[in-house]
Amino acid sequence: MTLIEFFSHNTRELLALTFEHLFLVAVSTGIAILIGVPLGILLTRKPGLSKPVLGFANIMQTVPSLALFGFLIPLNIYLFHVKILGGIGARTAIVALVLYALLPIIRNTFTGISNVDPAIRDAGRGMGMTDRQLLLQVELPLALGVIIAGVRVATVICVGTATIAAAIDAGGLGRYIFRGLRANDNTLILAGAVPAALIAMGADLALGYIERTIQFGKTIGAKSKKILWSAIIAVLVGIIVAYVFAGKGAGAIAVGSKDFTEQVILGEILAQAIEGKTNLQVVRRFDLGGNLAHEALAAGEIDVYVEYTGTALLAILKNPPVTDPQEVLRRVKAEYARRFKLEWTEPLGFNNTFAILVRADDARQLNLKRITDAARVSAQWRAGFGQDFMSRADGYPGFAQTYGFHFQEIREMDLSLTYRALAEKQVDLIAGNSTDGLISRYGLVQLEDDRHYFPPYDGVPVARQDTLEKHPEVRRVLQQLGGILTVEAMRKLNYAVDGEKRQPREVAREFLKQKGIIQ
Amino acid sequence: MAMTDDQTAIEFRDVSFTLPDGRTLLSNLSLRVQSGETLVLLGRSGSGKTTTMKLINRLIDPTAGELRVEGKPTIEWDPIRLRRRIGYVIQEIGLFPHLSVEENIGVVPRLEGWAAERIRQRARALLTMVGLDADRFAARFPRELSGGQRQRIGVARALAADPPVILLDEPFGALDPITRREIQREFKTLQQELKKTMIFVTHDIAEAFVLGTRIALLKDGQLILLDEPQALLRSQHPEARAFAECFNDAQSRGSRA
Repeated sequence: MTLIEFFSHNTRELLALTFEHLFLVAVSTGIAILIGVPLGILLTRKPGLSKPVLGFANIMQTVPSLALFGFLIPLNIYLFHVKILGGIGARTAIVALVLYALLPIIRNTFTGISNVDPAIRDAGRGMGMTDRQLLLQVELPLALGVIIAGVRVATVICVGTATIAAAIDAGGLGRYIFRGLRANDNTLILAGAVPAALIAMGADLALGYIERTIQFGKTIGAKSKKILWSAIIAVLVGIIVAYVFAGKGAGAIAVGSKDFTEQVILGEILAQAIEGKTNLQVVRRFDLGGNLAHEALAAGEIDVYVEYTGTALLAILKNPPVTDPQEVLRRVKAEYARRFKLEWTEPLGFNNTFAILVRADDARQLNLKRITDAARVSAQWRAGFGQDFMSRADGYPGFAQTYGFHFQEIREMDLSLTYRALAEKQVDLIAGNSTDGLISRYGLVQLEDDRHYFPPYDGVPVARQDTLEKHPEVRRVLQQLGGILTVEAMRKLNYAVDGEKRQPREVAREFLKQKGIIQ
Repeated sequence: MAMTDDQTAIEFRDVSFTLPDGRTLLSNLSLRVQSGETLVLLGRSGSGKTTTMKLINRLIDPTAGELRVEGKPTIEWDPIRLRRRIGYVIQEIGLFPHLSVEENIGVVPRLEGWAAERIRQRARALLTMVGLDADRFAARFPRELSGGQRQRIGVARALAADPPVILLDEPFGALDPITRREIQREFKTLQQELKKTMIFVTHDIAEAFVLGTRIALLKDGQLILLDEPQALLRSQHPEARAFAECFNDAQSRGSRA
C-alpha cells in the first residue's frame, strides 16, 4: 500500500492524530514560553543564577525521553485536588516536552536581552525609565526577534519529540511510527514521520516569517493592547484547562498494554472480556513504552495489564534468572503482593520467551535443530539483536557464555527490524520472541534452548489489589481467561495483525467469540 | 561659603568616583554649574567627562564627596524623578531603533503620563524647533535618518518634557565636519532661546568654544581648569596648551582656506 493510499483510507484517523500532535506541541510550547521567558528575564536581573538555571535546562535536554517518563509517571502531585504532575497520558508527555523546550527559550531570552546595546539601555535609564519600563518598552521589544528564534527552535524540537508521546498513551503521530516499527511496515512509519516532518517545517517557516517581520514592529496602541491581553489570558486559561483534563477520566477500569502487537491484542482481549462479562466501563491505555506499563499500574493510572513472569522477575524485581516456571510465578506473586500491592491472576497459557531464530534454508543445509548446533558454526556469522537483549540479565552475555558463541559481528538494532534483517540475509541469527507472528511470515526456524538458558516468560494479567477488591467481577473474568492461549495460538493472533494487517480489536473479538467468552 | 544660591543649578563638592577594582575615574571634583549656562566638559578620552555626567543623573553614585542638584544631594533624590528633570542626549545610538521619531521624542512625556494628543503636538513642535519637517519625519524610524537628523531628534527628545537641566554627552561626535558645524550653529540659536542649564561633553575644543559659557578641562579624572573659553588659551598648564594648540591650528587652517 502506498503512502497516498494509506492516507486516503485513513484520513479521519490521520487528522485525529495530527490534531493530537498539534495539541501536544502547542500546549507544551505555550507552557515553555510562559516559564522560559520570565526565567530568561530573571537571569538578566540576577546573572548569578544563569549558570545553574541554564545548566539544569541543558541537562534536561540530554535525558532520554523514556527515562524522563519513567521518572514522571510515579509522581502524584495534586494542587487543589487536581492532579498536576504524574501518571500516563498527555499530562506527563506535556511535562516532558516542556522540559525539552525550555533551554532554547530561556537561553534566547537571556542572550536577546543581554545583547541590547548598553548605550540604548543607558539612554532609557538616563531618561528616567524604571527597570520595569526599561524591560517592557526597550529591552523586550528589541530582544523579541531573538526570543522568537528560540521559540522557533523549541517548537521544532517539540514537534519531533512529541512522536515519543505515543509511548505513554498521549497519542500523536508517534502512534503510526511505533505501530509501523512493530509491524515492520514502512508505509505506516512514513505515515507518522512525513506529517510530523511537514508540521515541523511549517512551524519553522511560519515562526521564521514572524521573526523577520516583528523585528521593528510598531508599538501597539492602548486598544490593541487590551485585545492582546485578553487573547493572552484566553490562551492561558485554555492551556491550563487542557493540561488539567489531559489525564484519564475516573471511575472506569483502565486496561493497559506495552508497546508491541502482542500486548495490544492481549489488552484488547482483557478489555473486551471485561466489557462483555461485566457492566464496567473500560478505558484502553495501550502502547506504553519500556517498563512504563508497570509504573502506570503501580501508580494507579491503569488497573490491569498482561506482564510476563520472567520480565517481572528480572527487569522489575531485579532478581537473578531462574529457569523453573512454577518457581518464577511463585516468586513474582509473593514479591508483587508485598512490594506493590499488585496481584498476579491466572496465567494465560503461553510462554513468550526469547526465540533463537535462523533462516529455514540455513537450518536445513547445516542441520541445525538446537542452539548448541548453531554455536558450532557461528564463527562466520553475524547476529542481529535488539537493544533489550544486549543489555538484560538473561540476554546476550550469559547466552554467549552458556553456548560458547563467538560471532563475527553483532548488529544492535530495534527488535522489530531484526526479523527482516534475518530474512534479507543481513544477519544470520537473531533473538526474537517465540510468539512473534513474523516467525511464520518469514518462514524462520526456532532453535531449541537445549541448555535451558532462558527463563520462562509466561503471560499473566497483573491487576491492582484494590481494583479487584472493589470489583470482584473483574477477578472472575480474569480467572476465566486462564489457560486460553498457547504459543501457536498467540503466534497466529500476532500474525493476523502484523502479517495480515488486521485490527487488533477485531482479531481479539474473533478469538474471544471462538473461545465462547463473549457472544 | 558653602551656601547655595538660586543661581547654582548643580554643585560638585569634593566628588570622587572609584570602581570596585580600585581604579579612580574622578578625584575630588568641586565645581558649580550656574543656572542657564552651558558648561562644557572638555578632555581626552578617559579623562572622566562621561563619569561626571553619569553622576549628575545618578546612573552612578559618588564613592566620596557630595553632589547637589537644585540644592539637594543626589543620593537623596529618587533617581527616576531626578532623571525626568534632566534631559539626556548621548551619541546617535541612543535613539530607540524600534520606535518611530515621534515615539522617540515622546518617551519621557509618555512616562510622565501625558495625554496622547498632547504628546503628539509636543513632538511635532519640537521637530519644527530642531528644523525638521514634522509631516515628513514623525513616522520614520531612526534607521531611515541621516546622522545629522538623528542627532536633531536626540536633542528634541531631551527637550520633550521641558527639563530645567540637559546633559549632552558628545552628541555630535559621529557627524561629518560640515553637518557638525551646521548643527552646532543651530544648537547655539536654540540654546539662546531656551536658556536651559546644559552640561556638554566634548573632546573637540572648537565645539567647546562655540557652545561653552565656561569650559571645565579634565585630565585623568582631575579638574585642571574652569574658566571662560578665552582664559583656556592663556593658561600655561600643559594640557590646556595642548588643546589650545589644536584650536590655533584649526583656526589658521580655516583662515588660509
